[in-house]
Amino acid sequence: MDNSIVEEIDHRAALKKNVLLWSVCIAITPMILVSCIILYQFRISYHQRVNAHLEELVAKHRQDIDTFLKERLGNIQVLAGNFSFENMSNERFLQERLNILQQNYGPVFVDLGVINFEGFQVAYAGPYKLKHASYSDADWFKKAMANNSEYYKSDVFLGLRGVPHFIIAVRRTSGDKTWIVRATIDFVYFNSLVEKIRIGETGFAFILNNEGKFQTHAVHDVAPDKSPYRDFLKYNNAEKKEIHIVEHADASGSTSLYVASFLKHGDWMLVYQQKSSEAFADYRRAVSIAIVIVILGCVLILSTAIILTNKLVRLLTKIDREKEMMNEQIVETGKLASIGELAAGIAHEINNPVAIMVGEAGWIEDLLEEEEFQASENMNEFKRALKQIHIQGKRCKEITHKLLSFARKTGSRPQDINVNELIEELVDLSAQRAKFSNVTIVTDFKEDMPSICVSQSELQQVFLNLINNALDAMEKDGGDIRISTRTDGNRVVVVVADTGPGIPSAVLNRIFDPFFTTKPVGKGTGLGLSICYGIIKKMRGEIEVQSTVGVGTTFLVKIPLPED
Amino acid sequence: MDQFRTLVVDDEEDFLVTLVNRLKKRDIDAAGVKSGEEALDLVKKKLYDVIIMDIKMPGGMDGIEALREIKKIQPLVEVILLTGHGSVESSIEGMKLGAFDYLMKPIKLEELIPKMAEAFEKKNSHEQKIRTARIKELMRSPLRVLNEP
Repeated sequence: MDNSIVEEIDHRAALKKNVLLWSVCIAITPMILVSCIILYQFRISYHQRVNAHLEELVAKHRQDIDTFLKERLGNIQVLAGNFSFENMSNERFLQERLNILQQNYGPVFVDLGVINFEGFQVAYAGPYKLKHASYSDADWFKKAMANNSEYYKSDVFLGLRGVPHFIIAVRRTSGDKTWIVRATIDFVYFNSLVEKIRIGETGFAFILNNEGKFQTHAVHDVAPDKSPYRDFLKYNNAEKKEIHIVEHADASGSTSLYVASFLKHGDWMLVYQQKSSEAFADYRRAVSIAIVIVILGCVLILSTAIILTNKLVRLLTKIDREKEMMNEQIVETGKLASIGELAAGIAHEINNPVAIMVGEAGWIEDLLEEEEFQASENMNEFKRALKQIHIQGKRCKEITHKLLSFARKTGSRPQDINVNELIEELVDLSAQRAKFSNVTIVTDFKEDMPSICVSQSELQQVFLNLINNALDAMEKDGGDIRISTRTDGNRVVVVVADTGPGIPSAVLNRIFDPFFTTKPVGKGTGLGLSICYGIIKKMRGEIEVQSTVGVGTTFLVKIPLPED
Repeated sequence: MDQFRTLVVDDEEDFLVTLVNRLKKRDIDAAGVKSGEEALDLVKKKLYDVIIMDIKMPGGMDGIEALREIKKIQPLVEVILLTGHGSVESSIEGMKLGAFDYLMKPIKLEELIPKMAEAFEKKNSHEQKIRTARIKELMRSPLRVLNEP
């Protein structure tokens, strides 16, 4: 392959790559940047919103549970404060009090008991057989008696009954007697207060005590001795007043949100936890949609960039090609001018020797007239040869005259022209080439054709082009060119018809386009017919083509007659 | 046909010699020179009726220049331009300077001699007109005409 062609292909590929790269970068970078900033801001605000919502939820439930505990404590404090030890020691009276409480608050209170300072239960109302039970060694009794406060709320434990429960104990002192009113709170009811805190599939809550032991059931598996629960339990008293939110990954790598809040003066910890994937599901969906949109945008930008780049490069290539063609055309025009000058020079150089030849032949003729040669038996042959020299000399003269005449006609000034004469001249010029191509040029001129007023050189160019194209088409197989003239209203019509291979209908409507050629590379510029078209249009005329493959091509040139 | 004096000017010696010989063979008083300068020298010494002049003569005075100078010396002589290189400009200039005609080489003698005869006729008739005018003038004021140098 030619080096210049390889270089041009490389240049175009590099240009294409650069244009594509820059256009894609310039279009995609801001889009990705803006998308990232928006997503980042959205993430922050969404997290803040979710955290605030969970904080509010946990705070509300903490308040509910704390209120529940305070109210139940208040119930027992009323009993212990309003009634004497004697009244309360009466089991019937105690059962009545329990009934009233259960009527008012449902099955929250399981039983009631009155315990003397020795830890001996002097009266009991409830479903278990615990009358006379001794609590002197029980942990809760010791704390209730030792406590500086007048009441005590225990953790959940199994106790003598073997069922999870917790105790509210109120200590009273009347005279020298210290006694305790004890109420058992139903675990199932208390547990339901916490269990009902559910959001979605994975959000649930439970309560741990200071030692990390469950005070309510956890719906899902929980390991309270591990982070982040362990970290929560290490908080100091000041920290325990606040609500804490952390996001923590478990061993499997899935992250969860943990919200911790302390109640019962920091003894219990209400924990709410939920998988991050669920808590931030809307955010993740928004991110997915944004990613899909960005990817689609990128694909769109990329495909648009590719299409536009291809178009741009094609356009540039076309412009380059046209420029190249124009340059070639300029060179071609220059060559034509040089050929014109050369033709004039050659005509002069040939005419002089031909003149000498013809002169010498004439001199021989003169000498042969003398008597001594008249008897020669070859006289007739001499005369024939001399006549031939004269004929061929005349022919040379005609050829050189036509060359000179053609070289001179370069102006485009309109003048009166007889189309028949002009075409006759061109046919004579093309006769030699037609003979070599085995093409017969036949003319069929209408007599007394009116003159048209156009540029002679331009009209010559049009018909010479049509004749040359026909000769090119029939170069291999020969054929006929028929040139006829006629008038049609106020127009002169010239028909140039050949019997060449014809033009396929697919390209027929493009043959007047600039740079369109069916000739091999380097043979035609693709400008000939477009120049013809331009010239005829300038003359306010028309040029039409009809062609059938295998039959031939006919060009019709119609030029208007002068108006006056 | 009256005998007329002819001068052929052409730088191509072969052409010149043959043409002069052929003219002489037809009893035409013909001479030949190879340049404009030589032609001028001859014109100063001898009267001619017809001059056949090549236009393009390299190396010195060309045919157009020689025509201009000859017409200054012998205004009545008829000059036929004969050239291998026909240009519109040179033909127009030649005709403006008073050339009789403009012919292209190669040309047959059968075409050239009638053209020379026409030129000779024209020169004769021109001379005749001048002569008649002079006679009329002489008859009107003989003294003034006779005193002319």
